[in-house]
Amino acid sequence: MQQAAVQQAANDHAAALEAAQPMIVLDKVNKWFGALHVLRDVTLTVKERERVVVCGPSGSGKSTMIRCINRLEVHQEGRIEVDGIELTGDLKNIDAIRREVGMVFQSFNLFPHLTILENLTLAPIWVRKMPKREAEELAMTYLGRVKIPEQAHKYPGQLSGGQQQRVAIARALCMRPKIMLFDEPTSALDPEMIKEVLDVMVELADSGMTMVVVTHEMGFARQVADRVVFMDRGEVVEVAPPTEFFGNPRSDRLKMFLSQILRGH
Amino acid sequence: MTPPPAEAATMGQASAAFVPAEERRPPSLSVGPIGWIRANLFNSWASTAVTLVLGYLIIRWTLGFLDWAVFNAVWSVPGTGQAVNTTACREMKGIGACWALIGEKYRFILFGLYPFDEQWRPAVCIAIFVGLYVVSAMRRFWRRELLFIWIAALTVIGILMWGGVFGLPYVEQERWGGLIITLILSTFGIALAFPLAIFVALGRRAHNLPAVKALCVVYIELIRGVPLISLLFMASVMFPLFLPEGMNIDKLLRAQIAIILFAAAYLAEVIRGGLQALPRGQYEAAEALGLSYWQKTGLIILPQALRMVIPPLVNTFIGMFKDTSLVLIIGIFDLLNAAKTSIIEPAWQGFGTEAYLAVAAIYFVFCFAMSKYSAGLETEFNRHRNR
Repeated sequence: MQQAAVQQAANDHAAALEAAQPMIVLDKVNKWFGALHVLRDVTLTVKERERVVVCGPSGSGKSTMIRCINRLEVHQEGRIEVDGIELTGDLKNIDAIRREVGMVFQSFNLFPHLTILENLTLAPIWVRKMPKREAEELAMTYLGRVKIPEQAHKYPGQLSGGQQQRVAIARALCMRPKIMLFDEPTSALDPEMIKEVLDVMVELADSGMTMVVVTHEMGFARQVADRVVFMDRGEVVEVAPPTEFFGNPRSDRLKMFLSQILRGH
Repeated sequence: MTPPPAEAATMGQASAAFVPAEERRPPSLSVGPIGWIRANLFNSWASTAVTLVLGYLIIRWTLGFLDWAVFNAVWSVPGTGQAVNTTACREMKGIGACWALIGEKYRFILFGLYPFDEQWRPAVCIAIFVGLYVVSAMRRFWRRELLFIWIAALTVIGILMWGGVFGLPYVEQERWGGLIITLILSTFGIALAFPLAIFVALGRRAHNLPAVKALCVVYIELIRGVPLISLLFMASVMFPLFLPEGMNIDKLLRAQIAIILFAAAYLAEVIRGGLQALPRGQYEAAEALGLSYWQKTGLIILPQALRMVIPPLVNTFIGMFKDTSLVLIIGIFDLLNAAKTSIIEPAWQGFGTEAYLAVAAIYFVFCFAMSKYSAGLETEFNRHRNR
C-alpha cells in the first residue's frame, strides 16, 4: 500500500519532469586553470525539481563544474544560464543568480565568529533586506527541519561535523533558493555522521528542490537521483538514470570507475 | 559470545571482590608552590647554582635601587623657580635620587610651555583622552554612538586647547607641549591610520583592480623604505616649500600627517597578514550567499581577520605611541622633549636620570595598559573558537 504510494509519487515526479522548464543550462562550457584544460565542452541541462548527482574520479572537474554554476569559478568559453539568466561578467546577473542558488561546501564554511542563528539570519537580513525578527523565525523553522533547533545560540566550533553541515544546509535554505548545489557534502565527515546529513538531503529532495550534488555516496545517488552524471578528465562521459547508470554502464571509463568505487559493496 | 563457565566464574568472583585501591594525594613535595620551586628552580645542581647567583644579584640590585630611589632620596629643596637651591641634591648625587626635580618641574614636563595659569586646560584634555580610551575599550560601547562621543570629545579638546571662545584666552599651537602632545599625536595617529590601513590592505589584495593594487603596493613600499625621522623632516622642512605663497599648515598638523601615513603602511601589512590567513572557504561561503563585496568584507572577513592579528596590531600601536617621541627632532614639545628641556637650567643640570625615569614611568603605564587590554580582548574573542 505504502509502496504503491511511493511508486505513484515517483511516477508523478517523472511525469512532471517531462514538462518542466530547464533551470540550469551548460552549453559547451570550457575552462582552463593556467594551461590545464579542466572543463572540456561540458554540456548539461538540469530541469526544475530535478535531482542530478555528479560523480567521477578526483580531478575530473566535477567540483569546478558545480562552482561555475554560481560563478565561484569563471568559465572562459561557452554559455551558462541559470533560471533564465545568463552568467556573464555582469555583476548584477551574478548577484541575482547567487540569491537563487544555495551552496553547501565540503568543509561547511560556517562563519566561526557568529552564532548558529546569526549564521542563518545574516544573508536574509543583508541580502534579502528581511526584518531581523522575521529572519530569526525563518532560521528557527529551518533549524527545526534539520533537527537542531536547540543549538541556535552556540558557535560553530561547539558543534560536531554532522551538525555543522546540517547548519550549512539550513543557512543556504534560509535564502529560499530555487536551486541547491552540494559540493561533496559528506566527504569531510566521520562515517557515523554521514547518515544524518544524507537524511536531511533526502528530505530536501522529497520536498521538490532542484539539486545538483557532487558526491561519492552511490547509495544516495540510487535512492534520490533522477540522473547520474559521470565526469572524467573534464568531460561529461555518461549521463543516465541511476538504474541504467549502475546496471548497464556503456563506456569503459565508467565501468572501471564503478568497479573501483563499488569494490567490496 | 558467552565465555566458558569456568572463566565466567572467575570473572564473577573478581568483580565481586573488586575494591578500588584507596585514592591517595600526590606526594606533598611535588605539588603547590613547593613543587613548582623544586621543579623549576632547584631541579639539578646547575639550576640550583644559577638560581642562587641570580637571586643574590636581584636582591642586591633591588636593595641598591631602593636605597637610591627611596631611603636616600631628596624629596624637596628650598626655594623655587630661579631662586631654587639644589645644593642638597648635588650633595647626594649618585647616592640618592633628586625627586625634588619632579616636584618642581612636573607641570613643565606634563604641559610644556602652555601658559601656567591655563594649564588646567591641557590637564582636563588629558583626562578626556583617558576617559575616551576607557569608554572605547569597553565592548558594550562598540556602537555607532561611539563615533559621536569621539567627535564631541575631540571638539571639546580642540576648544580647550586653542581657546579664543567662551572667555578662554587663545593659546597658539607653538606653546602646546608635554603629555598632551604625545596623546594627540598617538591618538589621532592610531585612530586615523587604522581605517586607512584597512583600505590599503584591502586594496593591495584587490587583484581585479590592478591600478588600485599597484598604488597600494607603491605607497606601502615607499613609506616603509624610509625612516620616520626622514618623513618628519620632509613634513617640517620640505613640505612648506611646495605650498603656495601665504599658505601655511601648522607644524604639529604636518607631523601628525607624517605619523599617520607612516603608521598606516605598517598597519596595512599587519592587517594583510590577517586577510591572507583566513581560509578561502570563508570568502566563498559569503559570496555564495549573495553578499556584496562590502558586506562580505565588513561582516565576515574583517571581523575574523582583525581578531587574528590583535597581537601584532597592538605591537604596532605600542611602537607608534613611543615613536611619537621622535617629533622632538623637529622641535615639537612632546613628553620626552619636555623632560629633556626641564633639566636645561643650570640648577637642575645633571639630573637627567630622574626626569627620564619619571617619563619612562608614564610611557610604561600607557603601553602596559594597551598590552593588558589586548591580552584580555584575545581571551574574550577566542572563547568561542573551534575547540
